[in-house]
Parts: sequence; structure tokens; C-alpha cells
Amino acid sequence: MPQDITIHLTDREGVHHELIAPTDMQMNLMEICKAYELPVEGTCGGMAMCASCQCYVESDHVLPERSDDEEAMLSEAFFVKDNSRLGCQIQMTDAIDGLKVSLAPSE
Amino acid sequence: MRMIKTDILIIGAGPTGLFAVFEAGLLKLKCHLIDSLPMPGGQCAEIYPKKPIYDIPSHPEILAGDLVKNLEQQIAPFQPGYTLGESAVSIEKTIDDQFIVTTDKGTQHQAPVVAIAGGLGTFEPRKPPLERLDFFENKGVNYIIKDPEIYRDKRIVIAGGGDSALDWTIFLEKIASSVTLIHRRNEFRGALDSVEKVQQLKNEGKIQLITPAEVIALEGETTLSSLSIKREENTHQLECDYFIPLFGLTPKLGPIAKWGLEIEKNAIKVDNTLDYQTNIPGIYAIGDVNTYPGKLKLILCGFHEATLMCQSAFKRIFPDKRNVLKYTTVSGVSGFDGSSKQAAKSTIKTIE
Repeated sequence: MPQDITIHLTDREGVHHELIAPTDMQMNLMEICKAYELPVEGTCGGMAMCASCQCYVESDHVLPERSDDEEAMLSEAFFVKDNSRLGCQIQMTDAIDGLKVSLAPSE
Repeated sequence: MRMIKTDILIIGAGPTGLFAVFEAGLLKLKCHLIDSLPMPGGQCAEIYPKKPIYDIPSHPEILAGDLVKNLEQQIAPFQPGYTLGESAVSIEKTIDDQFIVTTDKGTQHQAPVVAIAGGLGTFEPRKPPLERLDFFENKGVNYIIKDPEIYRDKRIVIAGGGDSALDWTIFLEKIASSVTLIHRRNEFRGALDSVEKVQQLKNEGKIQLITPAEVIALEGETTLSSLSIKREENTHQLECDYFIPLFGLTPKLGPIAKWGLEIEKNAIKVDNTLDYQTNIPGIYAIGDVNTYPGKLKLILCGFHEATLMCQSAFKRIFPDKRNVLKYTTVSGVSGFDGSSKQAAKSTIKTIE
């Protein structure tokens, strides 16, 4: 059985959440947030076509590089920083166990 | 102003709203659709027309744009009316149990049944978080280009990196005195034709392209007079008459949230045990806009909800008529346009 991983997430009010995420259900961070009923809209459903799941990566984990679609969306999103990622493009894998992220402001 | 009258007034012309026209048509009910977008299709048309969908029953793969095209074709015999490019803002009930829905442009619609198929809401322009942006709205800042003539011989700055930024740059170059396109990176996401055309205009010196850069401030007394533009570490001012940020659209539930409907988490609560009616009898909510225990925001679920809504609407409009479910395989489809489709009769012939 694959082990669940833990994601440390700070919401827009500064509240810390410990999210336990399965790695065998093809879930991404946006979906994990929705499963925990956090205020992440996921308007486009995970196609990297809105920025409602934008978050800032705050730990040193090496994430897969941004795809062209994600890069393009972030280039039109607001409140973007160097460590911005779209949650829907971050898949739950063993490699990101312990990842620390915070939610970007909603637009 | 003329009152548009129909049997079922559908708010939202996405896949669910469009399919409701078909199901209503089978019951000889007429429909009229209102949508804030200038074309039918909702999210499928606005956000992801070129994305394939794999979970539409009997379509192993279909592009969202094609799904919309097919639906439009399927419902055409039922001659739906459209009020496009307008958002439904208010609803009132008449003494004879009819609803009157008015749009932001004042168009009025009357129907005994209203079906809200509004998806995630009305698409509104995404506004960059800039100070005084609100102040300059319609005083130099526009998010949508309604009347291109106002830009004639003016100095225009467009921000954005998608199709609309490219297309309007190309269009306005012909009439404006100057067009500057600003984008946060060098790459643009748009149709190849448009990217090449903008490249050509830049090479010919007909437009100014500033990348990677962004607008960080707006200046002016009563109307916009200049922008501060940050490119890498340097900031400079650029005088202009109009600033048009084109960062796409985002859906917002909007005025519907204030119609007295029960709302839960940005969605309208409905009775899923029966007919997807809201807490106001005669107003239904179908598709992504509604919520109930176990709700799934899927196009195929919206189709089902639309079908049950139409059956309930029929009973509401004709409380004394008996109705029995008809199969299109048996009854065919008779459009309001006089067209008629039916299964071919089998030939019966003796073999001697």
C-alpha cells in the first residue's frame, strides 16, 4: 500500500492546515484543498486555465517544472511571485511529502 | 420596451441550458436563453473550446467547442430565443404567477418557469490588482471593447498575453494613433496567425511591444493620463488615453445571489429528490450552479437535471394535462419550425 503524504498549507487567513493526501488517486493539490473544503475554487477544473488555485511554495522540495500552460496562466495571473505555482499542476507524489505551501490571495 | 415571452426562461446558455431547450421542445414548451457571453456555450465556449471531453456518454472524445455546436444543431428545430451579451440582474413575480427577469441592459423577459443554468456565474473581466483602477473605470480604463470608434486617433495601451490582447492590438492599430502592448513575458498564448501578425506590426514599427513588463500604477487627475510601467528593474511613465487590461474572464455568481434563493457555498440549493426546484416554486436551478447532497459538477449530470426540470415545468404550466414520457425513437422530433424527424419505417415485402 502506498503511504499517504502530508502537506502543510497556510490559508488566506494565516491558519495552518495539515492535509493528509493519498498518492495513489491521481490527485493534485487543488483537489486535495477541495476535498478538505478549503476556499479554493478550482474554477477551470484543473486545466491550468484559471488561477484560482495559485499558491506559494515555501519549502525546498523540488517540484516538476511548470508546463507551458501553467507558465502562460501564471503570466496573466495576479499576485504572482517567483515561488508561485498552480495547485492543480502539483500532483501528490512521495517526493513532495512535507511540502509547505500557502494560498495566494483570491482575485 | 418589448417584453419577451416564453414558457421556460433559461438563464445561462451552457451545455445544460442548451439541452434543456431540447427536452422542453419534446414537451412542446418554448424556451428563451439569456447569457452574459456574446455566444452560446458557457465555459465550454469561453474557457476551454479546444479541450477534449471524455465523459459525455456515447462520445469517446469530443471537443468542448464541438459539443456546443452539436447541441445548437440538436435544439435548432425548437427555435430557442437568445438574449446574448446581457446578464440577468433582477427577477419579480407577477400576480398571475409569472416571473419577469430583467437584464443589465433593460431587456425584459416573462415566463411561468425560470431555469437557472448559470454554471459558475456571470463571466466578468479579471481586473488586475492596481490602485485607483476602479476610479479610472470608464475614464480611460476599459475591460471590454464595445465601441472601437472611441479609440480612433487615441493612444492605447493593452495589457495581456492571450488571444484577445493580440486580436485587439491588431485591430486597434488601424484606427488608434498609437498602440502599445504590454505583457509579463515574451511568450504569447494565442493563435499562431495573431502572434505572427503582432510580430510583423512590431517589426514594421507600427506598434510598441513592451515585454517582459507590467503596469504597476495609473496616473491622472479626473481621467487617465499615464501609466507606470515596470520592465525588469526599471520603471518608466507612458502617456496614454486608454488602458485596456485583457486578462480573460472569471465567473462570479453575481446578482442571482440576491434573488432570495437558498445559497450554499456559492451554489443554489435545490430539491434533488424530485425536480431540481429551488426554495422559490417555479424557479429551478440545473447544472453546475446548483447543489444538493452528492452533487457532481459534470455536463452529463446537467443533462439529466435539465430533463427532470422540464417534466416538472410541464406539470407546473399545465397542471391539468396528463403527460406521459415519449421516446424519440417512437415519436421522432417535431420542431416548432415545421421540421420533423422520425425513424424510417421498415419495409414489409413478401419474399416469393
